[in-house]
Formats: sequence, structure tokens, C-alpha cells
Amino acid sequence: MPGRAGAGAAEYDRRNLAWYVDRLVQVVVFLGGISAIVMIIGIFVFITREGLSFVFGTLDLGEFFFSPRWAPTSESNPTYGALALIAGTASVTGTAMLVAIPFSLGAAIYIAEFATGKTRETLKVLVEMLAAIPSVVWGFIGLSIMNALIIQLFDVPVGLNVLNAGIILGLMAAPIMTTIAEDALKAVPDDYRAAAEAMGATRWQVIFKVVLPAARNGLVSAVLLGVGRGFGETMAVLMASGHSVNLPGSVFDSVRALTATIAAELGETAVGSDHYGALFTLGILLFIVTFVINLTADLVVRGIKKR
Amino acid sequence: MNYKKLFGALACVALVGCGGGRDGSDRAVIQNKGSDTLVNVAQAWAETYQEVNPNVAVAVSGGGSGTGFAALINGTVDIANASRSIKDSEVEQARAQGHEPVEFIVGYDALAIFLHPSNPMSEVSVEQLADIYGENGTTETWTQLGVEVPGCRGQEIVRVSRQNNSGTFAYFREAILGTGDYKLGSRDMHGSKDVVDLVENTPCAIGYSGLAYANEHVKMPCVNSGGACVSPSSDTAIDGSYPIARPLFMYTSGQPTGATKEYMDWILSDEGQCIIQAKGYAPVRAVTCSAPAGSE
Repeated sequence: MPGRAGAGAAEYDRRNLAWYVDRLVQVVVFLGGISAIVMIIGIFVFITREGLSFVFGTLDLGEFFFSPRWAPTSESNPTYGALALIAGTASVTGTAMLVAIPFSLGAAIYIAEFATGKTRETLKVLVEMLAAIPSVVWGFIGLSIMNALIIQLFDVPVGLNVLNAGIILGLMAAPIMTTIAEDALKAVPDDYRAAAEAMGATRWQVIFKVVLPAARNGLVSAVLLGVGRGFGETMAVLMASGHSVNLPGSVFDSVRALTATIAAELGETAVGSDHYGALFTLGILLFIVTFVINLTADLVVRGIKKR
Repeated sequence: MNYKKLFGALACVALVGCGGGRDGSDRAVIQNKGSDTLVNVAQAWAETYQEVNPNVAVAVSGGGSGTGFAALINGTVDIANASRSIKDSEVEQARAQGHEPVEFIVGYDALAIFLHPSNPMSEVSVEQLADIYGENGTTETWTQLGVEVPGCRGQEIVRVSRQNNSGTFAYFREAILGTGDYKLGSRDMHGSKDVVDLVENTPCAIGYSGLAYANEHVKMPCVNSGGACVSPSSDTAIDGSYPIARPLFMYTSGQPTGATKEYMDWILSDEGQCIIQAKGYAPVRAVTCSAPAGSE
């Protein structure tokens, strides 16, 4: 290239093709880097803009948080009580965590501490594949297989309930929790293990007394991300929970989740109506809850790195 | 339902692809959207109309009556299908956007009550339904109705309903509960077919949906509104003896003209009405159909 001809001029002659390519890549990478921030702000602005006039105009906050009556299309008395929906989401997510925590912690401990070589690699790949199953497939399993199974096993009237949705959601959340928990266990320095073993601790003592406490923050954030996943999951919960506005008294009651309500109703709502605003209010609530959960998880993870 | 929406979307894409393509400009596309109850019939009309008038393509999609009205208000469809009449508030919204909805009754649908086949009930009254589904109703168990359902734990009535924006939901409320509201805690299914599927698999269940969605795995009791007990069928829907039969509507923006007018006229002709009859609904008037039309 002519630009590179004189070695002495090289200092002043850098604007060749490579320089432009370099700048272009810089700009692209920068845009890519801030795109997540732009989008999250964009989404937040959008849902608050659609929901906010309803929140400050028509909505009775006391009714929204404390009434279980969600009857937005009632002719005589439309009510927007989200208590039953919040309870539905919370009960399903709680059950899911009861299922997912033992599974994912067990899997993470096995993969990180016991499995070696090929077993370990195979397990890691399989766990990641489990995370890639589409949620509608999980929902289908809940609707067609678990429904009949729960009716038979527990002798209950209907199998679409908290237990069904909780198990399905637990299995969905377990892979991501396993991956994060395993990373946290791997991040514990081997010196800790060596020191404990030198003191005569058995394998289990090392894991329970040394490794798990040392990885505590990472494990907590794994659970929190699982909770966030549970709150946000829609399709599987819509299909497996029974979609019934109901304050659950046991795991065999049908419930309805916040996400599922939005998914089922938004498509048929006239833009700008009160019902539309109410659904966006649910969206704001969901956004805030998942945002806080993810932020907490992130801060907890940062906590480890600082120490 | 998502499948139907997806199909509709694909059909639109395909049709726009053809319409804007190479075969000239005189091919009109009629956008048709709305009620899931009507979507199968609308699809059959659109397909047959292809043969009647190859220059007109009709793009059909479902989503529910509310979706159809919303699209009519926003001006994105030529014809909105609905299984309930348009609300005053929707008429106002449409007028504000410069659209004057014009109503056509294109058929009638009997809403059947569905029970699990093992349920011994063969007759149900409108009062009983109101007591099961209504907000102030007290009927919670099959025992209260004087029957024992085998395989149903605790004899609890599992109420199956529809999501609160569907025309079926709105019509059933109007017909059974009047101005009242539903009792909360029903399982609100997203589509008529889902209602039938759940009832089929649940001994304790009771549900309602269009007669056209009935299959041999569910039982349909006759419905009693004071006089004789009437079974749901297209005949009892036409003569008005079945108490929960509703008109099915199509709405256009303003009096239809051109291709849309020809299409509406054809739907209301004997040929169009034979197709709705073949799909399990009642036509607007008694028609004599030579062959089982539409079942090719």
C-alpha cells in the first residue's frame, strides 16, 4: 500500500483502510454495548407511558393490591384487583423454588466437586440443553401429561394447579440455576479445599463446611435468578396453572399468574381502554419486581468479587 | 389460538405477496378478522369464495370478537367477525376514528353445555347454570344438584369458562347471568377447543362453548328455561327454542361497497348459508342445501 511506503511518514499517515475499519468496528461495538441500556430504558418508558395515566387516573391502589377480584370486563362493576394474580405468581414461583433448589444445588455440587473428565463435560452440555427447551413444550407437558398424572396420584378434581405449574417451572428454572451455582462453586479457590483436607476433613465436610459457605453469595444469586425466571415465565404457567382467578389455599388449587393474565387478555383489549391500562399496570409491577430481583442478584455476585 | 393467529398472519403475508406481485392490480384483498367462534366458517367462506370470484382474496384471522372490533376501530380490517354485538363504547371509538360500524347477522350459534361423559346429568336448567356460574350462586358441588359423578373427588364442580374478552364469555354472561357477574375461580380457557379438551379429561368439570366444537368424548345435556328441555342443535337455534343461542355477526366500516359488498351478499346467499350450516351453525333462514356443502 502506498500509505505505508515511507517508514518515516508512518507516524503521520495512519488513516489507511485499517484505520477506518478500526473506527467503524469501535462504533459498532460501542452501539452494541449500549444497546441493552437503550432497550431497557425504552421498554420501561413504553410500559409506563401506556400504564401511567391509568395508575394515576382511574386506578384505586388499595383495590389493586388488596382485592382478589379481577373482573375487568364486567358490565356492571369492573374491578381491577390484582391480589389473586400476585398470590398466584408467588405461590407458583415458591413451589418452583422448592422443586428447583434441591435439584440444581445437587447437580451443581456433583458437577463442580465430584464429576471429572467426560462425565462432567457431558453433564454440563446436557444441563445447558435442558435450558433450551421452549417454554410452550413445557406447558404442553403440564397440560397433557402432568394434568392426568396429578388427578390420578393425588385424587384431586383437576390437575391444572399450583403443583403442576410449580413442578414445570422448577424444572425450567433448574438448568440456569445449576449453571450459575456451579460457576460459584468453581470460583472457590482450591487452596480452601486443600487446607481443609490437610486438617483431616472428609470430602463432605469440605463441601458443607468450607466450599458452600465460601460460595454462599453466588448460590444466593443463583436462587434469585431462578425466582426472576419464575416470575417472568408466561406460556408454561398459562397452560399448567389452570388460569383461574383464585386465592390458593393449597397446592391443589388452580391459580392465575400476572404474566399469563397479560398474555391472555392484551390481544383482545381496545387500545387506551381502562382494561388496557390495567394490564400495563400489571406489566409495570412485573417489571419492577424482576428488576429488583435481578439487581439484588447482581449486587450479591459483586459482593463475592470484592471480598 | 396462537396457531390460528399465526396462520392468519402467514396468510396475510402470503396474500400481500401475491397481491402486490406480478398478476396485475385488479386482485382485491379483503381483510377479515375477529371471533374465534366464527374463524372456521370464515375460513371456509374465504376458501370457497376463491372459486366463485378468483379476483378477490379474503385474508382471515381469529383472535376473538374484541380483537376484530379493535381492528375495525383502528381501520386495519374490512370486515370484523363477532360472536357478540358491538358495545356502545366501541361504536363511539370507531366513530371517533371515522368508521361507522354496520352490522350483519350471518348465522346463529347454539352454546352447548359440556359435561364429562361419566356425568349422569342429562338435563340442566338456566337457574342451575346461574347458580353454578354466577357470582352470588351457591351451587359448589354436584351433590347439591342431586347427582353423584363417578371419579369426581369431593363432587366439587370444576367450572370451565373463557377468557374475559371472548364473545362467548360475554354472551353466556348475558344469557345466563343477565347483568350479574361470574363467580371467580373458574378455569378460564383460551379458546373454545380448550374448554372441550379440559372437560373431556376432567370428570368434575362443566363448560360451555359453541355447538360446533362438540365431539363424541363429551356429553351435552338439554337446557331447560322454564318449559320443555331443549337439546342444542342448529334446528333448535333457528326456531329460537334453544335458550342459549346467539346471533353471529359481521361488521363492516360503513355500508360495504365493491368487493366487500359482493362478498357480504354472497355470504348471505343460499350458497354462503349452506356453508355455515355445514360447519355446525344455524343459517339466518332455512335453506335447502343440495349436497352436504362445504364438506368437500
